[in-house]
Amino acid sequence: MSRADLPRAGASHVEPARGEPAGGEPAGGRDVPARRPGPLWSLGLFRSELVLTFRRWRTLALLAVLAGIPLLVGIAVRIETGGDGTADGGGGEGPAFIGQITNNGLFLVFTALAATLPFFLPMTVGVVAGDAIAGEAGAGTLRYLLVAPAGRTRLLLAKFTAVVVFCLAATLTVAVSALVVGVLLFPVGEVTLLSGTTVSFAEGLVRALAIAVAVAVSLVGLAALGLFVSTLTNSGVAAMATTVGLLIAVQILGAIPQLDAVHPYLFPHHWMSFADLLRDPVYWEDLLDNLGLQGLYAAVFGTAAWARFTNRDITV
Amino acid sequence: MAQTRPIKKALRYAVPATVAGAAAVTVGLVPALATPGDPDLPKISAEELITRVAASDARHLSGTVRITTDLGLPALPGPGGGDSRGGEDGARGADPRGKLMELASGSHTLRVAADGPDRQRVSIVEKAAEYSLVRNGTDVWAYDSKSNTVHHTVLPEGTERERAPRGPEGMTPQKAAEQALKAVDDTTSVTVDGTTKVAGQDAYQLLIEPKQANSTVESVRIAVDADSGVPLRFTLMPKGGGKAAVDVGFTEVDFSKPDAETFAFKPPKGAEVTEERFDGAPDGSAAPDREKDRQDVPSGLKVIGEGWSTVAEFTLPGRAADGVRSPEAQEMLGRFTDEVTGDFGSGRFFGTRLVNALITDDGTVYVGAVTRDGLVEAANAAE
Repeated sequence: MSRADLPRAGASHVEPARGEPAGGEPAGGRDVPARRPGPLWSLGLFRSELVLTFRRWRTLALLAVLAGIPLLVGIAVRIETGGDGTADGGGGEGPAFIGQITNNGLFLVFTALAATLPFFLPMTVGVVAGDAIAGEAGAGTLRYLLVAPAGRTRLLLAKFTAVVVFCLAATLTVAVSALVVGVLLFPVGEVTLLSGTTVSFAEGLVRALAIAVAVAVSLVGLAALGLFVSTLTNSGVAAMATTVGLLIAVQILGAIPQLDAVHPYLFPHHWMSFADLLRDPVYWEDLLDNLGLQGLYAAVFGTAAWARFTNRDITV
Repeated sequence: MAQTRPIKKALRYAVPATVAGAAAVTVGLVPALATPGDPDLPKISAEELITRVAASDARHLSGTVRITTDLGLPALPGPGGGDSRGGEDGARGADPRGKLMELASGSHTLRVAADGPDRQRVSIVEKAAEYSLVRNGTDVWAYDSKSNTVHHTVLPEGTERERAPRGPEGMTPQKAAEQALKAVDDTTSVTVDGTTKVAGQDAYQLLIEPKQANSTVESVRIAVDADSGVPLRFTLMPKGGGKAAVDVGFTEVDFSKPDAETFAFKPPKGAEVTEERFDGAPDGSAAPDREKDRQDVPSGLKVIGEGWSTVAEFTLPGRAADGVRSPEAQEMLGRFTDEVTGDFGSGRFFGTRLVNALITDDGTVYVGAVTRDGLVEAANAAE
């Protein structure tokens, strides 16, 4: 309770900033939450949501765990190869790119993202998204939040934006931590792309950044799904568990070859497409498919969350 | 704020439903609508079209090829069987010859680029990995990103393309069309079957149908680019119906000259490089093995019939024939072959969607893209 109160105080500070069109349901009510909240008056609300999200100890702990994973992978690879020995040709299973780390520390970024993308990253997104509405409802703060004439639509938009920002922050946390560990433990230099072409380290860094953004975008669909689940219940824990459970269920469905026909519609289907940014020339098809799929999930579950949230009776 | 009437509010659930519905409709219908009718092209005879294919000299080309094969091979355990995801048998590394088998099942995406007969590049797009084959003059480089290995072959000056080691570069619509058109003779009916659009290009459709009833091939369709005469898509339908056994086609094609850099390859730092002389012996100890292999080559290859119902006949070498007769082998064979009897005696029939084989009990093998009856007939006639 007290934890949530603190940033809320911040919210009231910015109150005047979003003052003007406070009357009733705003015209933006028909806005799809997936789209950028255009009007400036959302900014204050959005900022307070962001502060709320990132001041949580839980969020910080999640980010800390994410930052620890590249360290773990890096140290394991370093010990396994005894310093400067070469890894044996990527033999055996493992996250993609793991065999390349000893040649170039930058590959730790790709390996870490490939390793965390199936479960870890989306799990943290599920926790944050699932808690977004249900957590406030459970703590009893949602009621007070809605007393202010912010409008439910705008509040939902602000929540969704905050979750999307968290997606990016979580991905960048993994990437930056991996980069630091990679530079410290392994040699860096020119980067060998998947096509066998060699590019400069600077271009490698640019591609790594693009990959981090692509991974963050991959999580948007789940963020919308989590937000929708979050509007269904008053229990933050239930929403988180449901979202993460859905993620695991979908990942399992994706691993069953007999269900080939439905795979293209599952949100993690194109997740590994980020690796296509390492081809020369870049292979866009899957990346664009991923973008479309995430956009679709965001649109469907975003509007579903909106329909539910604006209809909901909030008494707690 | 919550003053809107409840009915109106409940209608809001229609928004996500509409979005989802619209998406489903789009996904379902766009492929059908994306080709708004077949293009209107001047009439052309089959002969003219074939000539145009033969004369096509698109020296510059780049694009993306989608290849889907469903030959109906049984999933065998072990390397090469089933849909092995490659890479697992790292020993093979970047050797181009191993890759061809991989393409023989499932769906694959290839990116191709060509600049004249001496400079080509083919990349197989894999999940978080890529296999590239680059030919630049006399250098043939193969790079497998999964194992970070390079396979380098130097061809002697003036090598014919046909003599170069066969790799996945053979799996383009052009190559497939070339093979199919070679088989065109009086056992075949060739017609122009309308027009179509492939990879955004207007194309004629060449329809090749075997006249012989015992062929397993129902039809072969080749979409030929109307401007350049380059085959853009190759589809082989087996007689049994169902989906195409082989479907190779461009999903994207560009006839401008590819960047010269595309064909420049130098082994990446840290990659393991295998050098191979053109005679095929890798620098190492593989040569004696090859000698041994030679003894296992089937003897007495004979070709029966002509055109599409051609059947190859050969005798299993003694050792292999004994192996076939062993009880274990019989039991194994029994699982995916059928017993066949005829005037020739009895044997076992092994069928896929396209190629069938008949192994008689005395160790003679008949193989061809012909039906079971066709094989039995060939065996009967041979006795």
